Amino acid sequence: MGTAIPLSTRSLLPSRRIATAATSESALVRWSLMGIAVLFLAVFIFLPLAIVFSQAFAKGMGVYWASLRQPDALSAIRLTLLAAGIAVPLNLVFGVAAAWAIAKFEFVGKSLLITLIDLPFSVSPVVSGLIYVLLFGLQGLLGPWLARHDLHIIFAVPGIVLATIFVTFPFVARELIPLLQAQGQEEEEAALALGASGWHTFFRVSLPNIKWGLVYGVILCNARAMGEFGAVSVVSGHIRGRTNTMPLHIEILYNEYRFSAAFAVASLLALLALTTLLVKTVVEWRARRQRAESARWDEEGQIA
Amino acid sequence: MTFTFKKRSNLPGFGLALGYTVLYLSLIVLIPLAATFLKASSLSWDQFWHVVASSRAAASYRLTFGASLIGALINLVFGVLVAWVLVRYSFPGKRLFDSLVDLPFALPTAVAGIALTTIYAPNGWLGRPLASIGIKSAYSPLGVAIALTFIGLPFVVRSVQPVLEDMDKELEEAAASLGAGRWQTFSRVVLPTILPAALAGFAMAFARAVGEYGSVVFIAGNMPMKTEITPLLIITKLDQYDYAGATAIAVVMLLFSLILLLPINLLQKWSSSREEKTTALVAEDTQ
Repeated sequence: MGTAIPLSTRSLLPSRRIATAATSESALVRWSLMGIAVLFLAVFIFLPLAIVFSQAFAKGMGVYWASLRQPDALSAIRLTLLAAGIAVPLNLVFGVAAAWAIAKFEFVGKSLLITLIDLPFSVSPVVSGLIYVLLFGLQGLLGPWLARHDLHIIFAVPGIVLATIFVTFPFVARELIPLLQAQGQEEEEAALALGASGWHTFFRVSLPNIKWGLVYGVILCNARAMGEFGAVSVVSGHIRGRTNTMPLHIEILYNEYRFSAAFAVASLLALLALTTLLVKTVVEWRARRQRAESARWDEEGQIA
Repeated sequence: MTFTFKKRSNLPGFGLALGYTVLYLSLIVLIPLAATFLKASSLSWDQFWHVVASSRAAASYRLTFGASLIGALINLVFGVLVAWVLVRYSFPGKRLFDSLVDLPFALPTAVAGIALTTIYAPNGWLGRPLASIGIKSAYSPLGVAIALTFIGLPFVVRSVQPVLEDMDKELEEAAASLGAGRWQTFSRVVLPTILPAALAGFAMAFARAVGEYGSVVFIAGNMPMKTEITPLLIITKLDQYDYAGATAIAVVMLLFSLILLLPINLLQKWSSSREEKTTALVAEDTQ
Protein backbone atom coordinates (compact mmCIF):
# COMPACT_ATOMS: atom_id res chain seq x y z
CA MET A 1 0.00 0.00 0.00
CA GLY A 2 0.97 3.63 0.27
CA THR A 3 3.55 3.05 2.96
CA ALA A 4 5.91 1.79 0.27
CA ILE A 5 6.83 5.35 -0.78
CA PRO A 6 10.44 5.73 0.34
CA LEU A 7 11.39 8.88 2.18
CA SER A 8 14.26 9.57 -0.20
CA THR A 9 11.83 10.63 -2.93
CA ARG A 10 11.47 13.84 -0.92
CA SER A 11 14.66 15.09 -2.51
CA LEU A 12 13.15 14.88 -6.01
CA LEU A 13 11.84 18.27 -7.01
CA PRO A 14 8.34 17.48 -8.40
CA SER A 15 7.27 15.39 -5.41
CA ARG A 16 8.62 18.08 -3.10
CA ARG A 17 6.33 20.59 -4.72
CA ILE A 18 3.36 18.25 -4.46
CA ALA A 19 4.14 17.67 -0.78
CA THR A 20 4.24 21.41 -0.06
CA ALA A 21 0.93 21.93 -1.81
CA ALA A 22 -0.55 19.06 0.16
CA THR A 23 0.63 20.43 3.53
CA SER A 24 -0.54 24.00 3.16
CA GLU A 25 -3.97 25.52 2.87
CA SER A 26 -5.58 27.32 -0.01
CA ALA A 27 -4.91 31.05 -0.18
CA LEU A 28 -8.48 31.80 0.87
CA VAL A 29 -8.21 29.72 4.06
CA ARG A 30 -4.77 31.16 4.79
CA TRP A 31 -5.89 34.77 4.47
CA SER A 32 -9.06 34.22 6.50
CA LEU A 33 -7.14 32.56 9.35
CA MET A 34 -4.56 35.37 9.35
CA GLY A 35 -7.36 37.94 9.27
CA ILE A 36 -9.18 36.41 12.24
CA ALA A 37 -5.97 36.10 14.29
CA VAL A 38 -4.91 39.69 13.58
CA LEU A 39 -8.40 41.00 14.37
CA PHE A 40 -8.52 39.04 17.64
CA LEU A 41 -5.12 40.37 18.73
CA ALA A 42 -6.01 43.89 17.60
CA VAL A 43 -9.18 43.94 19.74
CA PHE A 44 -7.68 42.34 22.84
CA ILE A 45 -4.08 43.66 22.76
CA PHE A 46 -3.76 46.80 20.61
CA LEU A 47 -6.98 48.53 21.66
CA PRO A 48 -6.22 48.43 25.42
CA LEU A 49 -2.69 49.76 24.77
CA ALA A 50 -3.97 52.46 22.46
CA ILE A 51 -6.62 53.65 24.88
CA VAL A 52 -4.12 53.96 27.76
CA PHE A 53 -1.93 56.38 25.83
CA SER A 54 -4.72 58.25 24.05
CA GLN A 55 -6.55 58.89 27.36
CA ALA A 56 -3.31 59.82 29.14
CA PHE A 57 -2.60 62.58 26.62
CA ALA A 58 -6.24 63.48 25.93
CA LYS A 59 -5.99 66.76 27.87
CA GLY A 60 -2.51 67.62 26.66
CA MET A 61 1.05 67.32 27.91
CA GLY A 62 0.51 69.92 30.64
CA VAL A 63 -2.14 67.87 32.45
CA TYR A 64 -0.08 64.71 31.87
CA TRP A 65 3.02 66.08 33.58
CA ALA A 66 1.01 67.77 36.33
CA SER A 67 -0.72 64.44 37.15
CA LEU A 68 2.65 62.73 37.52
CA ARG A 69 4.10 65.51 39.67
CA GLN A 70 1.30 65.56 42.25
CA PRO A 71 2.59 64.76 45.75
CA ASP A 72 0.28 61.71 46.04
CA ALA A 73 1.45 60.40 42.67
CA LEU A 74 5.10 60.89 43.61
CA SER A 75 4.68 59.12 46.94
CA ALA A 76 2.89 56.25 45.16
CA ILE A 77 5.79 55.98 42.69
CA ARG A 78 8.29 56.03 45.58
CA LEU A 79 6.43 53.29 47.47
CA THR A 80 6.16 51.11 44.35
CA LEU A 81 9.91 51.47 43.73
CA LEU A 82 10.62 50.65 47.38
CA ALA A 83 8.43 47.52 47.44
CA ALA A 84 9.88 46.21 44.17
CA GLY A 85 13.38 47.19 45.32
CA ILE A 86 13.04 44.90 48.35
CA ALA A 87 10.96 42.08 46.85
CA VAL A 88 12.93 41.54 43.63
CA PRO A 89 16.43 41.09 45.18
CA LEU A 90 15.04 38.76 47.87
CA ASN A 91 13.29 36.62 45.28
CA LEU A 92 16.40 36.72 43.11
CA VAL A 93 18.58 35.22 45.86
CA PHE A 94 15.88 32.66 46.62
CA GLY A 95 15.44 31.81 42.93
CA VAL A 96 19.15 31.16 42.42
CA ALA A 97 19.39 28.99 45.57
CA ALA A 98 16.26 27.00 44.70
CA ALA A 99 17.33 26.49 41.08
CA TRP A 100 20.82 25.34 42.17
CA ALA A 101 19.41 22.75 44.59
CA ILE A 102 16.73 21.51 42.18
CA ALA A 103 18.68 21.51 38.91
CA LYS A 104 22.01 20.16 40.09
CA PHE A 105 21.02 17.53 42.66
CA GLU A 106 18.68 14.57 42.96
CA PHE A 107 16.84 14.30 46.27
CA VAL A 108 13.67 12.94 47.82
CA GLY A 109 10.65 15.25 47.55
CA LYS A 110 12.02 17.30 44.66
CA SER A 111 8.81 17.38 42.63
CA LEU A 112 6.82 18.33 45.74
CA LEU A 113 9.25 21.20 46.30
CA ILE A 114 8.76 22.41 42.70
CA THR A 115 4.96 22.30 43.14
CA LEU A 116 5.19 24.27 46.39
CA ILE A 117 7.42 26.92 44.79
CA ASP A 118 4.82 27.38 42.02
CA LEU A 119 1.98 27.59 44.55
CA PRO A 120 1.77 31.43 44.73
CA PHE A 121 0.90 31.48 41.01
CA SER A 122 -2.25 29.49 41.59
CA VAL A 123 -3.48 31.46 44.60
CA SER A 124 -5.86 34.36 43.89
CA PRO A 125 -4.15 37.75 44.52
CA VAL A 126 -6.90 38.65 46.98
CA VAL A 127 -6.29 35.46 48.97
CA SER A 128 -2.52 36.16 48.85
CA GLY A 129 -3.15 39.44 50.65
CA LEU A 130 -5.69 37.93 53.03
CA ILE A 131 -3.30 35.26 54.38
CA TYR A 132 -1.03 38.03 55.74
CA VAL A 133 -4.00 39.88 57.24
CA LEU A 134 -4.99 36.66 59.03
CA LEU A 135 -1.45 36.27 60.33
CA PHE A 136 -0.42 39.84 61.19
CA GLY A 137 -3.71 41.81 61.31
CA LEU A 138 -5.35 42.90 64.56
CA GLN A 139 -7.71 39.90 64.41
CA GLY A 140 -4.84 37.67 63.27
CA LEU A 141 -2.78 35.04 65.06
CA LEU A 142 0.17 37.34 65.77
CA GLY A 143 -1.88 40.56 65.78
CA PRO A 144 -2.26 41.07 69.56
CA TRP A 145 1.45 40.44 70.15
CA LEU A 146 2.44 42.88 67.38
CA ALA A 147 0.04 45.51 68.75
CA ARG A 148 1.55 45.21 72.24
CA HIS A 149 4.99 45.90 70.78
CA ASP A 150 3.70 48.71 68.57
CA LEU A 151 4.75 46.93 65.36
CA HIS A 152 2.72 47.68 62.24
CA ILE A 153 2.72 45.23 59.35
CA ILE A 154 -0.82 45.32 57.97
CA PHE A 155 -1.98 48.69 56.59
CA ALA A 156 1.71 49.64 56.55
CA VAL A 157 4.73 49.29 54.29
CA PRO A 158 5.96 45.86 55.58
CA GLY A 159 2.62 44.25 54.63
CA ILE A 160 2.84 45.69 51.12
CA VAL A 161 6.38 44.36 50.75
CA LEU A 162 5.36 40.90 52.05
CA ALA A 163 2.37 40.66 49.67
CA THR A 164 4.61 41.74 46.78
CA ILE A 165 7.19 39.08 47.67
CA PHE A 166 4.46 36.42 47.77
CA VAL A 167 2.94 37.15 44.35
CA THR A 168 6.36 37.37 42.64
CA PHE A 169 7.83 34.43 44.55
CA PRO A 170 8.23 31.82 41.72
CA PHE A 171 9.40 34.01 38.79
CA VAL A 172 13.20 33.80 39.03
CA ALA A 173 13.30 30.17 40.21
CA ARG A 174 11.01 29.14 37.37
CA GLU A 175 13.17 30.80 34.70
CA LEU A 176 16.42 29.36 36.08
CA ILE A 177 15.54 25.71 36.85
CA PRO A 178 15.20 24.53 33.21
CA LEU A 179 18.28 26.54 32.16
CA LEU A 180 20.53 25.12 34.89
CA GLN A 181 19.19 21.63 34.19
CA ALA A 182 19.85 21.85 30.44
CA GLN A 183 23.37 23.04 31.06
CA GLY A 184 24.49 19.78 32.77
CA GLN A 185 27.38 19.86 35.19
CA GLU A 186 30.52 18.91 33.25
CA GLU A 187 31.77 22.49 33.12
CA GLU A 188 31.37 22.98 36.89
CA GLU A 189 33.05 19.64 37.60
CA ALA A 190 35.98 20.63 35.36
CA ALA A 191 36.37 23.96 37.18
CA LEU A 192 36.30 22.23 40.57
CA ALA A 193 38.82 19.63 39.41
CA LEU A 194 41.14 22.46 38.34
CA GLY A 195 41.00 23.78 41.90
CA ALA A 196 38.37 26.52 41.78
CA SER A 197 36.34 27.07 44.96
CA GLY A 198 32.56 26.45 44.99
CA TRP A 199 31.64 30.17 44.93
CA HIS A 200 34.26 30.87 42.30
CA THR A 201 32.85 28.08 40.13
CA PHE A 202 29.35 29.41 40.57
CA PHE A 203 30.18 33.02 39.70
CA ARG A 204 32.61 32.28 36.85
CA VAL A 205 31.10 29.16 35.26
CA SER A 206 27.41 28.68 36.15
CA LEU A 207 26.27 32.30 36.29
CA PRO A 208 27.60 33.46 32.88
CA ASN A 209 25.79 30.54 31.25
CA ILE A 210 22.41 31.51 32.66
CA LYS A 211 22.76 35.29 32.72
CA TRP A 212 20.13 36.00 30.04
CA GLY A 213 17.55 33.79 31.70
CA LEU A 214 18.38 35.52 34.96
CA VAL A 215 17.86 38.96 33.40
CA TYR A 216 14.50 37.89 32.00
CA GLY A 217 13.37 36.35 35.30
CA VAL A 218 14.27 39.53 37.18
CA ILE A 219 12.54 41.79 34.64
CA LEU A 220 9.36 39.68 34.78
CA CYS A 221 9.46 39.57 38.58
CA ASN A 222 9.90 43.35 38.65
CA ALA A 223 7.00 43.99 36.25
CA ARG A 224 4.64 41.95 38.41
CA ALA A 225 6.02 43.50 41.63
CA MET A 226 5.39 47.05 40.41
CA GLY A 227 1.99 46.21 38.96
CA GLU A 228 0.45 44.03 41.68
CA PHE A 229 -2.99 45.22 42.62
CA GLY A 230 -5.23 42.67 44.38
CA ALA A 231 -2.86 41.39 47.05
CA VAL A 232 -1.49 44.85 47.85
CA SER A 233 -4.99 46.30 47.92
CA VAL A 234 -5.97 43.93 50.75
CA VAL A 235 -3.00 44.74 53.00
CA SER A 236 -2.52 48.42 52.19
CA GLY A 237 -5.42 50.17 53.91
CA HIS A 238 -5.30 52.82 51.15
CA ILE A 239 -3.80 55.61 53.24
CA ARG A 240 -3.13 58.40 50.76
CA GLY A 241 0.47 59.53 50.50
CA ARG A 242 1.54 56.68 52.81
CA THR A 243 0.38 53.22 51.75
CA ASN A 244 -0.73 53.75 48.16
CA THR A 245 1.28 52.13 45.41
CA MET A 246 0.95 53.17 41.75
CA PRO A 247 -1.84 50.66 40.90
CA LEU A 248 -3.81 51.69 44.04
CA HIS A 249 -3.32 55.37 43.18
CA ILE A 250 -4.71 54.64 39.69
CA GLU A 251 -7.79 53.05 41.26
CA ILE A 252 -8.45 56.08 43.48
CA LEU A 253 -8.03 58.56 40.63
CA TYR A 254 -10.29 56.49 38.37
CA ASN A 255 -13.01 56.17 40.99
CA GLU A 256 -12.90 59.96 41.47
CA TYR A 257 -13.48 60.38 37.70
CA ARG A 258 -10.03 61.95 37.23
CA PHE A 259 -9.51 59.82 34.13
CA SER A 260 -6.63 61.76 32.55
CA ALA A 261 -4.61 61.57 35.76
CA ALA A 262 -5.44 57.87 36.22
CA PHE A 263 -4.32 57.06 32.68
CA ALA A 264 -1.21 59.23 33.03
CA VAL A 265 0.00 57.06 35.92
CA ALA A 266 -1.23 53.96 34.06
CA SER A 267 0.84 54.96 31.03
CA LEU A 268 4.01 54.67 33.13
CA LEU A 269 3.08 51.09 34.05
CA ALA A 270 2.16 50.34 30.43
CA LEU A 271 5.61 51.56 29.36
CA LEU A 272 7.12 49.24 31.97
CA ALA A 273 5.12 46.34 30.46
CA LEU A 274 6.28 47.19 26.93
CA THR A 275 9.90 47.40 28.12
CA THR A 276 9.49 43.97 29.74
CA LEU A 277 8.24 42.50 26.46
CA LEU A 278 11.11 44.14 24.57
CA VAL A 279 13.68 42.62 26.94
CA LYS A 280 11.97 39.25 26.56
CA THR A 281 12.20 39.44 22.76
CA VAL A 282 15.89 40.37 22.90
CA VAL A 283 16.69 37.61 25.40
CA GLU A 284 14.91 34.99 23.29
CA TRP A 285 16.69 36.20 20.18
CA ARG A 286 20.08 35.92 21.93
CA ALA A 287 19.23 32.46 23.28
CA ARG A 288 18.29 31.27 19.80
CA ARG A 289 21.53 32.64 18.37
CA GLN A 290 23.52 30.98 21.16
CA ARG A 291 21.82 27.64 20.43
CA ALA A 292 22.51 27.92 16.71
CA GLU A 293 26.14 28.74 17.43
CA SER A 294 26.66 25.79 19.78
CA ALA A 295 24.95 23.50 17.24
CA ARG A 296 27.43 24.71 14.62
CA TRP A 297 30.33 24.04 17.02
CA ASP A 298 29.05 20.51 17.59
CA GLU A 299 28.81 19.89 13.87
CA GLU A 300 32.30 21.19 13.21
CA GLY A 301 33.61 19.05 16.02
CA GLN A 302 32.03 15.98 14.49
CA ILE A 303 33.51 16.70 11.07
CA ALA A 304 36.96 17.17 12.59
CA MET B 1 21.95 7.08 58.12
CA THR B 2 21.25 4.15 55.82
CA PHE B 3 18.45 5.97 54.02
CA THR B 4 19.93 8.18 51.30
CA PHE B 5 18.18 11.51 51.04
CA LYS B 6 20.21 12.67 48.07
CA LYS B 7 22.24 10.98 45.38
CA ARG B 8 25.96 11.68 45.33
CA SER B 9 27.03 14.67 43.31
CA ASN B 10 30.43 16.31 42.90
CA LEU B 11 29.06 19.83 43.14
CA PRO B 12 29.11 21.78 46.41
CA GLY B 13 26.43 23.91 48.03
CA PHE B 14 23.55 21.44 48.28
CA GLY B 15 22.95 21.91 52.00
CA LEU B 16 23.09 25.71 51.89
CA ALA B 17 20.94 26.04 48.76
CA LEU B 18 18.24 23.59 49.85
CA GLY B 19 18.25 24.83 53.44
CA TYR B 20 17.76 28.44 52.37
CA THR B 21 15.09 27.43 49.83
CA VAL B 22 13.05 25.53 52.40
CA LEU B 23 13.42 28.24 55.07
CA TYR B 24 12.35 31.08 52.74
CA LEU B 25 9.51 29.00 51.27
CA SER B 26 8.22 28.22 54.76
CA LEU B 27 8.38 31.82 55.97
CA ILE B 28 6.76 33.44 52.95
CA VAL B 29 4.35 30.79 51.68
CA LEU B 30 3.79 27.73 53.85
CA ILE B 31 3.37 29.25 57.33
CA PRO B 32 0.96 32.02 56.21
CA LEU B 33 -1.09 29.49 54.21
CA ALA B 34 -1.17 27.10 57.17
CA ALA B 35 -2.27 29.98 59.41
CA THR B 36 -5.21 30.60 57.09
CA PHE B 37 -6.38 26.99 57.40
CA LEU B 38 -5.83 27.18 61.16
CA LYS B 39 -7.97 30.31 61.33
CA ALA B 40 -10.66 28.62 59.24
CA SER B 41 -10.66 25.59 61.54
CA SER B 42 -11.74 27.85 64.43
CA LEU B 43 -15.09 28.24 62.65
CA SER B 44 -17.75 25.66 63.36
CA TRP B 45 -19.00 23.62 60.40
CA ASP B 46 -22.38 25.36 60.57
CA GLN B 47 -20.80 28.82 60.55
CA PHE B 48 -18.55 27.80 57.64
CA TRP B 49 -21.40 26.31 55.62
CA HIS B 50 -23.67 29.28 56.33
CA VAL B 51 -21.10 31.60 54.68
CA VAL B 52 -19.89 29.51 51.75
CA ALA B 53 -23.36 28.27 50.74
CA SER B 54 -25.16 31.61 51.14
CA SER B 55 -27.09 32.71 48.07
CA ARG B 56 -24.80 35.72 47.60
CA ALA B 57 -21.70 33.49 47.63
CA ALA B 58 -23.37 30.97 45.30
CA ALA B 59 -24.22 33.76 42.82
CA SER B 60 -20.58 34.90 42.91
CA TYR B 61 -19.34 31.34 42.21
CA ARG B 62 -21.71 31.03 39.24
CA LEU B 63 -20.45 34.30 37.75
CA THR B 64 -16.76 33.64 38.50
CA PHE B 65 -16.69 30.07 37.21
CA GLY B 66 -19.07 30.71 34.30
CA ALA B 67 -17.22 33.77 33.00
CA SER B 68 -13.84 32.06 33.56
CA LEU B 69 -15.02 29.05 31.57
CA ILE B 70 -16.27 31.25 28.71
CA GLY B 71 -12.99 33.21 28.68
CA ALA B 72 -10.91 30.02 28.71
CA LEU B 73 -13.01 28.46 25.90
CA ILE B 74 -12.61 31.59 23.74
CA ASN B 75 -8.88 31.42 24.40
CA LEU B 76 -8.77 27.71 23.56
CA VAL B 77 -10.22 28.28 20.08
CA PHE B 78 -8.49 31.57 19.27
CA GLY B 79 -5.26 30.56 21.03
CA VAL B 80 -4.82 27.52 18.75
CA LEU B 81 -5.68 29.69 15.75
CA VAL B 82 -3.21 32.44 16.73
CA ALA B 83 -0.46 29.89 17.45
CA TRP B 84 -1.07 28.23 14.06
CA VAL B 85 -0.94 31.55 12.20
CA LEU B 86 2.22 32.68 14.05
CA VAL B 87 4.07 29.40 13.38
CA ARG B 88 2.92 28.50 9.87
CA TYR B 89 2.34 31.76 8.00
CA SER B 90 4.38 34.87 7.45
CA PHE B 91 2.91 38.33 7.19
CA PRO B 92 4.09 41.89 7.85
CA GLY B 93 4.28 42.70 11.57
CA LYS B 94 4.29 39.05 12.61
CA ARG B 95 7.17 39.47 15.07
CA LEU B 96 5.44 42.45 16.69
CA PHE B 97 2.23 40.44 17.13
CA ASP B 98 4.24 37.51 18.50
CA SER B 99 5.95 39.68 21.14
CA LEU B 100 2.73 41.43 22.14
CA VAL B 101 0.88 38.16 22.83
CA ASP B 102 2.46 38.25 26.31
CA LEU B 103 1.08 41.72 27.09
CA PRO B 104 -1.63 40.41 29.47
CA PHE B 105 1.16 38.84 31.58
CA ALA B 106 3.18 42.05 31.70
CA LEU B 107 0.49 44.73 31.92
CA PRO B 108 -0.61 45.44 35.51
CA THR B 109 -4.16 44.24 36.07
CA ALA B 110 -5.41 47.63 37.27
CA VAL B 111 -4.21 49.22 34.01
CA ALA B 112 -5.91 46.48 31.99
CA GLY B 113 -9.04 47.00 34.08
CA ILE B 114 -9.44 50.73 33.48
CA ALA B 115 -8.43 50.37 29.80
CA LEU B 116 -11.01 47.65 29.09
CA THR B 117 -13.69 49.53 31.01
CA THR B 118 -13.06 52.69 28.98
CA ILE B 119 -13.25 50.70 25.72
CA TYR B 120 -16.49 48.87 26.60
CA ALA B 121 -18.27 51.61 28.58
CA PRO B 122 -21.56 52.75 26.93
CA ASN B 123 -19.72 55.69 25.31
CA GLY B 124 -16.49 53.76 24.60
CA TRP B 125 -14.80 52.77 21.32
CA LEU B 126 -16.49 49.34 21.26
CA GLY B 127 -19.10 49.90 23.98
CA ARG B 128 -21.05 52.41 21.88
CA PRO B 129 -21.45 50.20 18.76
CA LEU B 130 -22.31 47.23 20.99
CA ALA B 131 -24.86 49.32 22.90
CA SER B 132 -26.46 50.48 19.64
CA ILE B 133 -27.30 46.85 18.80
CA GLY B 134 -28.61 46.33 22.32
CA ILE B 135 -25.64 44.56 23.91
CA LYS B 136 -24.51 45.83 27.29
CA SER B 137 -20.81 44.95 27.63
CA ALA B 138 -19.29 46.87 30.55
CA TYR B 139 -20.98 46.56 33.97
CA SER B 140 -22.52 43.21 33.00
CA PRO B 141 -21.43 39.51 33.11
CA LEU B 142 -20.26 39.94 29.49
CA GLY B 143 -17.77 42.56 30.71
CA VAL B 144 -16.42 40.07 33.26
CA ALA B 145 -15.97 37.47 30.49
CA ILE B 146 -14.16 40.05 28.29
CA ALA B 147 -11.69 40.91 31.07
CA LEU B 148 -11.08 37.22 31.81
CA THR B 149 -10.49 36.51 28.11
CA PHE B 150 -7.86 39.26 28.10
CA ILE B 151 -5.89 38.00 31.10
CA GLY B 152 -5.94 34.36 29.91
CA LEU B 153 -4.97 35.12 26.31
CA PRO B 154 -1.27 34.10 26.36
CA PHE B 155 -1.70 30.67 28.02
CA VAL B 156 -3.01 28.58 25.10
CA VAL B 157 -0.90 30.40 22.48
CA ARG B 158 2.30 29.93 24.46
CA SER B 159 1.72 26.27 25.25
CA VAL B 160 0.67 25.27 21.70
CA GLN B 161 3.28 27.34 19.84
CA PRO B 162 6.41 25.29 20.73
CA VAL B 163 4.61 22.01 19.93
CA LEU B 164 3.67 23.29 16.47
CA GLU B 165 7.22 24.55 15.93
CA ASP B 166 8.73 21.16 16.79
CA MET B 167 6.19 19.22 14.78
CA ASP B 168 7.82 17.77 11.74
CA LYS B 169 6.04 18.47 8.47
CA GLU B 170 6.90 14.91 7.41
CA LEU B 171 3.96 13.59 9.40
CA GLU B 172 1.59 15.83 7.46
CA GLU B 173 3.32 14.97 4.18
CA ALA B 174 2.89 11.29 4.96
CA ALA B 175 -0.81 11.81 5.68
CA ALA B 176 -1.22 13.79 2.44
CA SER B 177 0.67 11.17 0.42
CA LEU B 178 -1.67 8.54 1.84
CA GLY B 179 -4.55 10.49 0.36
CA ALA B 180 -5.79 12.53 3.31
CA GLY B 181 -7.36 15.89 2.55
CA ARG B 182 -6.06 19.01 4.26
CA TRP B 183 -8.85 19.13 6.85
CA GLN B 184 -8.51 15.39 7.47
CA THR B 185 -4.76 15.80 8.01
CA PHE B 186 -5.37 18.67 10.40
CA SER B 187 -8.04 16.92 12.45
CA ARG B 188 -6.36 13.48 12.48
CA VAL B 189 -2.64 14.37 12.64
CA VAL B 190 -2.12 17.96 13.81
CA LEU B 191 -4.97 18.26 16.31
CA PRO B 192 -4.12 15.11 18.34
CA THR B 193 -0.50 16.30 18.56
CA ILE B 194 -1.36 19.74 19.94
CA LEU B 195 -4.37 18.65 22.00
CA PRO B 196 -2.58 18.00 25.32
CA ALA B 197 -0.75 21.34 25.13
CA ALA B 198 -3.95 23.17 24.18
CA LEU B 199 -5.86 21.62 27.09
CA ALA B 200 -3.02 22.44 29.50
CA GLY B 201 -3.18 26.06 28.31
CA PHE B 202 -6.96 26.04 28.68
CA ALA B 203 -6.76 24.75 32.27
CA MET B 204 -4.12 27.35 33.19
CA ALA B 205 -6.19 30.17 31.67
CA PHE B 206 -9.24 28.94 33.60
CA ALA B 207 -7.34 28.70 36.90
CA ARG B 208 -5.88 32.17 36.44
CA ALA B 209 -9.28 33.64 35.57
CA VAL B 210 -11.02 32.22 38.64
CA GLY B 211 -8.70 34.10 41.00
CA GLU B 212 -8.44 37.29 38.94
CA TYR B 213 -9.38 40.56 40.63
CA GLY B 214 -7.75 43.74 39.28
CA SER B 215 -8.82 43.61 35.66
CA VAL B 216 -12.38 42.59 36.56
CA VAL B 217 -13.46 44.97 39.36
CA PHE B 218 -13.52 48.05 37.15
CA ILE B 219 -15.55 46.52 34.31
CA ALA B 220 -17.85 44.30 36.39
CA GLY B 221 -20.14 46.87 38.01
CA ASN B 222 -19.92 44.89 41.27
CA MET B 223 -23.64 44.48 42.01
CA PRO B 224 -24.23 41.82 44.68
CA MET B 225 -26.01 38.74 43.26
CA LYS B 226 -25.47 40.01 39.70
CA THR B 227 -21.95 41.11 38.81
CA GLU B 228 -19.99 40.42 41.99
CA ILE B 229 -17.05 38.00 41.55
CA THR B 230 -15.87 35.78 44.41
CA PRO B 231 -12.53 37.58 45.08
CA LEU B 232 -14.49 40.84 45.42
CA LEU B 233 -16.84 39.19 47.91
CA ILE B 234 -13.79 38.39 50.08
CA ILE B 235 -12.74 42.05 49.99
CA THR B 236 -16.28 43.21 50.79
CA LYS B 237 -16.36 40.94 53.84
CA LEU B 238 -12.94 42.24 54.94
CA ASP B 239 -14.13 45.84 54.62
CA GLN B 240 -17.04 44.95 56.93
CA TYR B 241 -14.58 43.41 59.42
CA ASP B 242 -16.18 40.00 58.78
CA TYR B 243 -12.87 38.11 59.03
CA ALA B 244 -14.54 34.73 59.57
CA GLY B 245 -16.64 35.11 56.42
CA ALA B 246 -13.66 36.26 54.34
CA THR B 247 -11.58 33.32 55.60
CA ALA B 248 -14.31 30.77 54.83
CA ILE B 249 -14.63 31.92 51.21
CA ALA B 250 -10.85 32.19 50.84
CA VAL B 251 -10.55 28.55 51.95
CA VAL B 252 -13.05 27.50 49.26
CA MET B 253 -10.98 29.34 46.63
CA LEU B 254 -7.69 27.91 47.96
CA LEU B 255 -9.04 24.35 47.89
CA PHE B 256 -10.31 24.87 44.37
CA SER B 257 -6.93 26.11 43.10
CA LEU B 258 -5.14 23.23 44.83
CA ILE B 259 -7.53 20.74 43.17
CA LEU B 260 -6.94 22.39 39.76
CA LEU B 261 -3.16 21.93 40.11
CA LEU B 262 -3.55 18.17 39.62
CA PRO B 263 -5.16 18.16 36.14
CA ILE B 264 -2.82 20.97 35.05
CA ASN B 265 0.24 18.94 36.07
CA LEU B 266 -1.13 15.79 34.41
CA LEU B 267 -1.91 17.65 31.17
CA GLN B 268 1.56 19.17 31.10
CA LYS B 269 3.16 15.75 31.63
CA TRP B 270 0.93 14.26 28.91
CA SER B 271 1.91 17.08 26.57
CA SER B 272 5.66 16.70 27.10
CA SER B 273 5.56 12.89 26.81
CA ARG B 274 3.53 13.20 23.60
CA GLU B 275 6.08 15.61 22.23
CA GLU B 276 9.01 13.34 23.13
CA LYS B 277 7.32 10.38 21.48
CA THR B 278 6.73 12.27 18.24
CA THR B 279 10.30 13.58 18.08
CA ALA B 280 11.64 10.09 18.83
CA LEU B 281 9.53 8.67 15.99
CA VAL B 282 10.72 11.27 13.54
CA ALA B 283 14.33 10.85 14.65
CA GLU B 284 14.12 7.08 14.07
CA ASP B 285 12.59 7.72 10.71
CA THR B 286 15.26 10.06 9.43
CA GLN B 287 18.16 7.84 10.47
